[in-house]
Amino acid sequence: MTKVKVENLKKNFGKLEVLKGINLEVKEGEVVCLIGPSGSGKSTFLRCINRLEEISGGVVIVDDNDLTAKGSNINKIRENIGMVFQQFNLFPHLNVMENIMLAPVDRKKMTKEQAREKAVTLLDAVGLAEKALEYPANLSGGQQQRVAIARALAMEPDIMLFDEPTSALDPEMVGEVLEVMKKLAADGMTMVVVTHEMGFAREVAGRVIFMDGGYIVEEGTPEEVFGNPKNKRTQDFLNKVL
Amino acid sequence: MNGFTNFIDYTIGIFPQLLKGMSLTIQMTVLSLILALIIGILSCMFTISKIKVLNVIAGIYLSLIRGTPLMVQAVFIYFGIPAVLGIKILPFHAAIIVLCLNAGAYLSEIFRSGIMAVNKGQMEAARSLGLPYGVAMVKIILPQAFRIVIPSVVNQFIITLKDTSILSVIGCGELMKQGSLIVARNFRGFETYAIIGAMYYIVITILTKIAKIIERRLSNDKS
Repeated sequence: MTKVKVENLKKNFGKLEVLKGINLEVKEGEVVCLIGPSGSGKSTFLRCINRLEEISGGVVIVDDNDLTAKGSNINKIRENIGMVFQQFNLFPHLNVMENIMLAPVDRKKMTKEQAREKAVTLLDAVGLAEKALEYPANLSGGQQQRVAIARALAMEPDIMLFDEPTSALDPEMVGEVLEVMKKLAADGMTMVVVTHEMGFAREVAGRVIFMDGGYIVEEGTPEEVFGNPKNKRTQDFLNKVL
Repeated sequence: MNGFTNFIDYTIGIFPQLLKGMSLTIQMTVLSLILALIIGILSCMFTISKIKVLNVIAGIYLSLIRGTPLMVQAVFIYFGIPAVLGIKILPFHAAIIVLCLNAGAYLSEIFRSGIMAVNKGQMEAARSLGLPYGVAMVKIILPQAFRIVIPSVVNQFIITLKDTSILSVIGCGELMKQGSLIVARNFRGFETYAIIGAMYYIVITILTKIAKIIERRLSNDKS
């Protein structure tokens, strides 16, 4: 079943054209990794999938909901699209538990009790059960990012978007976050991941997409893209980062 | 020594009248600040709203207040407007109107800067969870902005307290006016204004101390 369907997606900031016509389909349970040089539009593309960026042209359909259609309830649609940011973006005035419980309770997906139970389970799953009452400022970057993942999962989304989730982390903390993401992928979560972690992409991705200059330049299985890149630009990029 | 006891006696003599003035000063300050907070919040909402008309209304209000001196605003509202409309305004009411419009404009800008100072990612994270704009604002952005603006808001409170003295020009019987009345009677400007200065100083210092305590308590628990 198709979870995300993108057709001829265009995005411009003023005169600057960032996305020049992207087509993509993501199937249920698939893990898609977006790679490419900075400025290639991969983060912008990701942010169009939950309309954090207004879409300039084309169609984005998530779970059969057309995000660009007039009268589409974007808030409702976003409840099913989890997002994890490079800078974690935990709410600093709320503790870990409150960070996770806020949205499920406010959006009435759960009662307080259910949300608390869910939060405990999720914190356990990301290995931070003992940090439930800490404030974000007292956590390391890696811990914050794991809480951010738990927070997104608390809404029980069926798609997760990751925007360079390990780029702001100290090297020794990258592993713990990637571990959580691997577990998530193994559990069958549909994931779209913008990443510079080629090792992760190679190991976990079902499909790797190389973007450059606002286009998808090349896509395929990790073996195809990393092992035998066909496009010159893909080759150049991989030569630099591998 | 004789001069000192003389001074003490003088102070005790005029103190009841000054105290009456101080009480009015504080009433004016508190009342106008309560109104100013409401005006400030409204004006700030107008400013950050996506509706153009509201932006323009707030823009005109802010530029008018910031672009004219408080004393001009005061005499305009007390003498100017009643002359045209043929109504009478009590000095106290005119003073409240001027002060709350004035402080409201500055508070509006303080609130706006506080909201702007909250990291953009906070709104994005809240919205990505499915929270509507209003909920994200109330539960995520405003609590953080609130902490950021406390020092500036307290500062504005102090400025407003001091600004009340300007309103002696429209005949409001607040502290400054009471002092001027006394001096007009006995020509003892040095002692009288020194005492008045000391009274403002003490009240403002107490206010600042209280604000520090509140600030510390709020920033203590988290980040």
